[in-house]
Amino acid sequence: MKEMMLILVGAALVNNVVLSQFFGLCPFLGVSKQVKTAASMGGAVIFVITISSAAASLIYDFVLVRFKLEYLQTIVFILVIAALVQLVEMFLKKTSPGLYQALGVYLPLITTNCAVLGVVLQNVQKEYTYAEMGWKALLASVVNGFGTAAGFTIAIVIMAGIRERIAYNDIPRPFQGAPIVLLTACLMAIAFFGFSGLI
Amino acid sequence: MNNYLERLYNGIVKENPTFILMLGMCPTLAVTTSAFNGLGMGLSTMAVLVVSNLLISALRRVIPDKVRIPAYIVIVASLVTIVQLLIQAYIPDLYDALGIYIPLIVVNCIILGRAEAYASKNPPGLAVFDGLGMGLGFSIALTCIGFFRELIGAGTVLSGTPFAYSLPEFYEPVSIFVLAPGAFLVLALIIAFLNAMNIQNNGKKKVEGCDGSCGTCGRAETCRDAKSE
Repeated sequence: MKEMMLILVGAALVNNVVLSQFFGLCPFLGVSKQVKTAASMGGAVIFVITISSAAASLIYDFVLVRFKLEYLQTIVFILVIAALVQLVEMFLKKTSPGLYQALGVYLPLITTNCAVLGVVLQNVQKEYTYAEMGWKALLASVVNGFGTAAGFTIAIVIMAGIRERIAYNDIPRPFQGAPIVLLTACLMAIAFFGFSGLI
Repeated sequence: MNNYLERLYNGIVKENPTFILMLGMCPTLAVTTSAFNGLGMGLSTMAVLVVSNLLISALRRVIPDKVRIPAYIVIVASLVTIVQLLIQAYIPDLYDALGIYIPLIVVNCIILGRAEAYASKNPPGLAVFDGLGMGLGFSIALTCIGFFRELIGAGTVLSGTPFAYSLPEFYEPVSIFVLAPGAFLVLALIIAFLNAMNIQNNGKKKVEGCDGSCGTCGRAETCRDAKSE
């Protein structure tokens, strides 16, 4: 239990996915103009990453390792993610139209969010595999995925909150647009260094 | 021939993927702790981009429209796996430095973006040059960011290459520049600098036939002078 808590906190705060590992920067910079849309994006990402880390973990342990096809992992994982996003989209459309409406266009965009592929590859790299940990590997993968996605949501919501305020400020012309957002991200990254003593 | 040169110019200057289009930000910020790593990442991406553009352009009449995105992803993922194995075999230092970011070339938006926007609509020759231009633009941008971060953050120039040089002893490296925040800071400053240059240049020369009334001008959408307000 303690081990899982450490993985969760480590993934969400200490090694924040956006601010210290640079995964998922495109949505972080692109979809962070309003808190509401940022939160929807975060929700969609939590949903997809958690499911895909479970699916990829099972496929890696029981298909790729079994047939010694580990070198194909990049191709297999990206296809699993793309198929899963489609499946989730169809499933949500049928069963809960409300949630589907809320996530809207953000769902299909997640396929190209490198945080998803990044987490899945990291699970293998950190050896959360059946060969190393037995059945606990599945749990560890899912917890790591959920933690990472939660970290993404925290970062993008904070960023959107700050950007809503920046919109009313008088920024020097060369710094308008992308540069001021990147500078904000820089300060946030420094702030997140504060968590590095946690574990 | 002009068409081919125009593609190169377009990729390196006019639509530079990093500084102008802001695509493929993850590797741009993650691996540019030194100029050598930046260049390695840029060249690997360029290799994938050129070959994927060539293949996708050659297959553009064969791939059915409905499944084109999965087909592109499979092509790109196969190429990335090949590049990854090659780097692991021949440049192990670079492989260790880039780590997980090599397989992540698959989801680099530049590659799928060019496949969808250019290679799927144009003949292979032009598509290859488009890939070359974009790849060079990306490599130059990454090397540039890596150069500044390495210089300020570690006090070295081009370490890992035969031209390595260290700053004199009395320089105290500002190590935050090789850490995460430094990446955001350097990119922000470079883009702001380019913006400032643009603003200055645009003040001098005006678009032909411009009378300063952007609101009624048909070209306002594509005009760099156009005021956003």
